[in-house]
Amino acid sequence: MNSAIRTRELRKVYNSPPPAAAGGAPAGMGKRSKGPKAEIKALDGIDLDVAPGQIFGLLGPNGAGKSTTVGILTTRVRPTSGSAWIGEYDVWRDQTAAKRRIGVVAQRPNLDFSLTAREILTFHGAYFGLSSQERSERATTLLERFKLTDRADQLVRGFSGGMMQRMSIARAMMHDPQVLFLDEPSVGLDPQTRLLLWEIIREYNQKGRTILLTTHNMEEADTLCQQLAIIDHGKIIAQGTPEELKASIPGGYLLRLRFGRYPAELLERLGVLSGVTEVRAVGENGVDVYAGRGGSLIPEIVNAAAALGVELSDVHISEPSLENLFLHHTGRSLRE
Amino acid sequence: MNWKAFFALLGRDAHVARRNVVPLILQTFLQPLLFVFIFGRVMVGSGYMPAAYKSLLLPGIMAISMVFTGVWAVAMPLIAEFQFTREIEDRLLAPIDISWVAIEKVVAGLIQAVVAGLLVIPLAWIILRPGLELHIASPLLFFCVTLLVAGFSSCGGLALGCSVNQQHIGLMFSMVMTPMIFFGCTYYPWSALAKFPILAKIVLINPLVYASEGLRATLVPQFPHLWLPAVLVALTVFDILLLFVGLRQFRNKAVS
Repeated sequence: MNSAIRTRELRKVYNSPPPAAAGGAPAGMGKRSKGPKAEIKALDGIDLDVAPGQIFGLLGPNGAGKSTTVGILTTRVRPTSGSAWIGEYDVWRDQTAAKRRIGVVAQRPNLDFSLTAREILTFHGAYFGLSSQERSERATTLLERFKLTDRADQLVRGFSGGMMQRMSIARAMMHDPQVLFLDEPSVGLDPQTRLLLWEIIREYNQKGRTILLTTHNMEEADTLCQQLAIIDHGKIIAQGTPEELKASIPGGYLLRLRFGRYPAELLERLGVLSGVTEVRAVGENGVDVYAGRGGSLIPEIVNAAAALGVELSDVHISEPSLENLFLHHTGRSLRE
Repeated sequence: MNWKAFFALLGRDAHVARRNVVPLILQTFLQPLLFVFIFGRVMVGSGYMPAAYKSLLLPGIMAISMVFTGVWAVAMPLIAEFQFTREIEDRLLAPIDISWVAIEKVVAGLIQAVVAGLLVIPLAWIILRPGLELHIASPLLFFCVTLLVAGFSSCGGLALGCSVNQQHIGLMFSMVMTPMIFFGCTYYPWSALAKFPILAKIVLINPLVYASEGLRATLVPQFPHLWLPAVLVALTVFDILLLFVGLRQFRNKAVS
């Protein structure tokens, strides 16, 4: 099967801090001094295959290389080595053909401040060769869909962040591209607009379009994406459907328990309970239990504790989540 | 080559220019016309300058207006659009080679510079008459020089706009544009530098010298001026050189 998006051994090394096009400087990347210039390795061999008609998520913390990947795939960042294709077109050899097939929503709104909302859409359509009638019809439909009709004929300079973001997405959809790139689309959106955005993304996907979005939001990755790649320090550390990825975490459930002061023997007793994969003491009163089941373990834990005369005072169960997965692979939280 | 996209980009710039037409006119014409009024009217009228200075001044004023307009029209939007907001991004993503996005800017600037140059003549004529003596022997040659001057100004705008940051705009005008204008044989013919032989040679690296002298040669040939074929060659060389440098800078700036 032909991929909608494909990359092979994609590498990118910046000799200076990455410019705005790549979403700014990746924080805490492996900086190595070679001669006078500090090299920043933003991507370290990325292989991606996104099937047509998929919503694909690139999940990772800030500075992981998400925006650089999107930048290369959208002709805005030149790769140091490796190759990238949109459908059958090599992004760097067939730039114009590749650009014709993509729509891009950058991390920061980059609207044309000299134009009104409607003009932004109609001129964008004109760049892509739409007829004047098509342009005005699509612009009207999109403005309506994104709830921007009442501000359609105002300059976008005065728009709020959320409105600019909606406007950027509307613009990217204006020429009905086969592949839509959304770099952190829901950052800064209120929950209501975020839901609207998710609905619109799903709707667009149902027309058979491919969508690649980057996010560091677990919920977004989990509910919206059909396929995910987890990226950290410029490398893909895990790939699969959200369910597959969650199932790959050993144990899956994390039970955070608190007791009064407890004897060390309790850890051993908890460790032998069925389904428990790992037990870790946390401070004087806490115990973290990684296990294959959650709530059903509680009575057994209570009994084990009671047998030693210890009382369970608090319990928190977290279900298998991408957050736990990220923690498992990198030892760091996504939010760090 | 995707001409549809190219003309759509041009249409966008025309639309924006139309929207800003009043400030654009003031910005383009106020300073040169004040200059024409003071030097051509007040100084000549009061006898401090000879009457012939009116005609000598006009080509220089035309050159200044064109260069200012061309540089401003290309450099300022580029500087702004390549800033933090990356406004230019939607045009870089248009289905056209990115060099053509830059060439479109040059063409838009060139058109504005030609319009500015051709409008200065009747406006100055209103202020300066009577006594203004223009002799356009060959309209074709005059138009060629005008086009080459407009080309050098908008290509210069591209090169400057892609090399200068927002915080250095003031510096660009005081360090580049102002010396260029004063050493550009705009208010005096190049032959007036005969008594300053070293300066006369140094100013030859200033493209505005060829712009002023070329317009002088085609508008008021009764005054001393540089040999026209040499002016045409020099302007062509500057056009090509600045376009080449500008495109390289643009590509470096557009792709990281």
